[in-house]
Amino acid sequence: MRHYQAVIIGGGSAGLSAAVTLKQNGIEDIVVLEKDMEPGGILEQCIHNGFGLQTFKEQLSGPAYAQRYVKMAQDLNVEIKLNTMVTKLNADRTVEYTSSAEGIQTISADAVILAVGCYERSRGAINIAGTRCAGVYTAGQAQRYLNIEGYMVGKKVFILGSGDIGLIMARRMTLEGAKVYGVAEIMPYSNGLPRNIRQCLEDFDIPLYLSHTVTKTFGKDRLEKIELMEVDEHMNPIAGTEQYFDVDTLLLSVGLIPENHLAEEAGIQMDPSIKGPYVDDSYMTSAPGIFACGNGLHVHDLVDFVSLQAKRAAEGAARYLKNPKDRGETLAVKPGENVLYTVPSCVHPSDAEENVEFFFRVRKPMDEGTLEVTSGDRVIRTMKKKKLMPSEMERVIITAKEIATLDGEVRISVKEANA
Amino acid sequence: MYDVVIIGAGITGTMLARDLSMYHLRIAVIEKENDIADGATMANSAIVHTGYDPEPGTLKAKLNVAGARRYEKICSDLSCHYKTVGAYIAACGKEEEAHLDILAQRAEEREIPYRFLSREEALAQEPSLSANVTKVLDFYTTAVIYPWEVAIACMENAVNNGADLFLNCPCMGIEKLEGSYIIHTPEKDLITKTVVNAAGTFADQIARMVNDDPGFVIRPRRGEYYILDQDVKPVNHIIFPVPTAAKGKGVLAVPTVYGNTLIGPSSDYIDEPDDTGTSAQGLAYVRTNISKTLKNIPLNRSIRTFAGIRPASDHADFIIEEDAKNPGFINAASIESPGLASAPGISQYIINEFISKYFVLKEDPEAVHTRKADPVLNELSTEEKNALIAKNPAYGRIICRCEQISEGEIIDCIRRVCGARSVKGVKKRVRPGMGRCQGGFCEPLVLNILARELGISPLDVVLDSPESHILESENRK
Repeated sequence: MRHYQAVIIGGGSAGLSAAVTLKQNGIEDIVVLEKDMEPGGILEQCIHNGFGLQTFKEQLSGPAYAQRYVKMAQDLNVEIKLNTMVTKLNADRTVEYTSSAEGIQTISADAVILAVGCYERSRGAINIAGTRCAGVYTAGQAQRYLNIEGYMVGKKVFILGSGDIGLIMARRMTLEGAKVYGVAEIMPYSNGLPRNIRQCLEDFDIPLYLSHTVTKTFGKDRLEKIELMEVDEHMNPIAGTEQYFDVDTLLLSVGLIPENHLAEEAGIQMDPSIKGPYVDDSYMTSAPGIFACGNGLHVHDLVDFVSLQAKRAAEGAARYLKNPKDRGETLAVKPGENVLYTVPSCVHPSDAEENVEFFFRVRKPMDEGTLEVTSGDRVIRTMKKKKLMPSEMERVIITAKEIATLDGEVRISVKEANA
Repeated sequence: MYDVVIIGAGITGTMLARDLSMYHLRIAVIEKENDIADGATMANSAIVHTGYDPEPGTLKAKLNVAGARRYEKICSDLSCHYKTVGAYIAACGKEEEAHLDILAQRAEEREIPYRFLSREEALAQEPSLSANVTKVLDFYTTAVIYPWEVAIACMENAVNNGADLFLNCPCMGIEKLEGSYIIHTPEKDLITKTVVNAAGTFADQIARMVNDDPGFVIRPRRGEYYILDQDVKPVNHIIFPVPTAAKGKGVLAVPTVYGNTLIGPSSDYIDEPDDTGTSAQGLAYVRTNISKTLKNIPLNRSIRTFAGIRPASDHADFIIEEDAKNPGFINAASIESPGLASAPGISQYIINEFISKYFVLKEDPEAVHTRKADPVLNELSTEEKNALIAKNPAYGRIICRCEQISEGEIIDCIRRVCGARSVKGVKKRVRPGMGRCQGGFCEPLVLNILARELGISPLDVVLDSPESHILESENRK
């Protein structure tokens, strides 16, 4: 069995960043396993710009952003196996993959980095009533058909869910000659980035129906009509608010879910609040030597943060490979008031060598609030925050010195001002 | 001229076609949809009930028992999945426990294996049983199948034995001649000595083409279901509530052949015989009623909901009889539950009671009884997989990441006799799109493979029916 220092599962934005970082940290014997025919992952179909502002301080398209990392990986002689699907991961860090070129192979590694990405929540998971005819797509599927395959899926479009891919596709399909009748969002606020609401909806006069949802589809062969209803504060449709739109296409942009079948099969402990593995401050999962990062860990809103987090995970993996020591007791880091989740979910106070940046999301929009990090009864950090949105990931850094002093469960919360 | 024309390529029609194809008979199956098994056979609980439930003296009782006994052999001959999982009838309280005794008595008379389990014994096997459950009747030989797989395999077997299958071929009218019938379809007329009406929810419309008052009316009853992700397995056995006259078999949990769990069905009479839309009320009914027998069912891990239509009628029993005014015109109607389990029994019953009156049934020594399935990568050992990939690299290209289906398997199912012609047809045969992403990633790839294999433009690839186009236009070529 071929043995590597590190195997990276996934050659998208997270996997490439992790590979580059490992090489930069002197970990030479690595391989990236990528299912597609080219590296870059989902960025390849994201031909709009807006990528790279944090990482490269410039506006890039998805493929251009990916190409920067592909180039770095090539310059560092990273081995990337393409058209290669990982079919099994075991907790002992053996990895089975399948490809036309090599058949079924099993390899082993001292470290595995999961950079597997996410998938779109489907219609089945949200239970829209009505017929199951053609004409209903996830936004990403329609994006692939248009940007990779070169086909429009329809000309009269409605979009359910204000996730970023839905917003991007509202603009994209309008520019290609479709009529987009509206975007419905079941929550009273948008789940997309504010800049996408402005640039993709407002600039094109596409209505955003907040607190609305699509309740029914009509059409035997192909979609003919949808029913839109307003919802109450419990997200239940309000009788009498039915509106109908004669559309041939319904795009769903109703959430992204980390793709974690491999991790679950390997028995890795999952954090239900992110639908990805629990990770410590080095991004190691509950399985020793298996690390997770990117959208396969928790869904990010900007690719720049995916790359950044993958870099951190690779740094964690590199430290582990150079010195696979027992890092001592862990201390849990949990979401507190108004916070949906925090990543990482634990730290090692007795082995605090690095500052730790926590990623978290708030549960609801707040004009103003106070971020508070506590350990037991002790307040470690407070910070005033403005314009907090569930769609925008928040970050807070706790220094190595602070971590070394932590003695009680850590909570990250946001107290709403004037609440 | 045909000897037998069967209207409807559901499980009833295809099972009959296969059995008839073993004789020297000219057979045709006509189907209005674009694929085999697109109606009730596509959307049901997928259970081979052993036959303990139907009232004594009914056709349902007789044919369910007979049908269930044939299934395992049929599935083995046709390389179809047949998985014995066992069925628990979960009683809540003394009154329901008394009903278990009635079912056990019927099982005893029908020689169906069963055993009683105390609450504790059942709970040890099924930790999700609710606090209400007091006693369980276990029909441990109950199996689950992939209903459309069996129907497609039966049809393929029949076609290989010389039967004709016409898809997208609705019956527009039937003309009676002396000793034969003319079946009018949009493209051709078929002349046949006998007709079997296995048209499911449309059976009364077909029957009325030869008799203004065929003696029954179809009352389509919709059943809605949730399908759960394979990663959650809340039950190991099929869990039934105690059946009632009013609500039938009730809301069940079914561990399917491929490890997804079905939760359902609801039961609502509907107006349109093909209204397979789901409804907020129907799904709410399922959510509420499953909690009678089970707790903590993770409906938040639903990957799809669907609705199927039971071709029920104004009769309680199956209607399998020759039309009163039309010799050689046989109705197989009102085939609701346990229709799937009964299909092999129904087929033999039709042959013995009716077809044999019109033909001297001589077995065709050349007829083939078996069907070899194409390789299913997931079910092979690593060595077998590697041998396959070495021979044909397409088996190494995984198209559906959720179910790990290769391009080779998809190509096989398109090239086969009775092969897939649509995205749904591929999904029914080899499962890409059945997983948690519901085709989000693989549908565009499947679409391209279909276009290439069928020699058509991607624009002409359909989801299911001939009008169900997925792509609207080429973009700025």
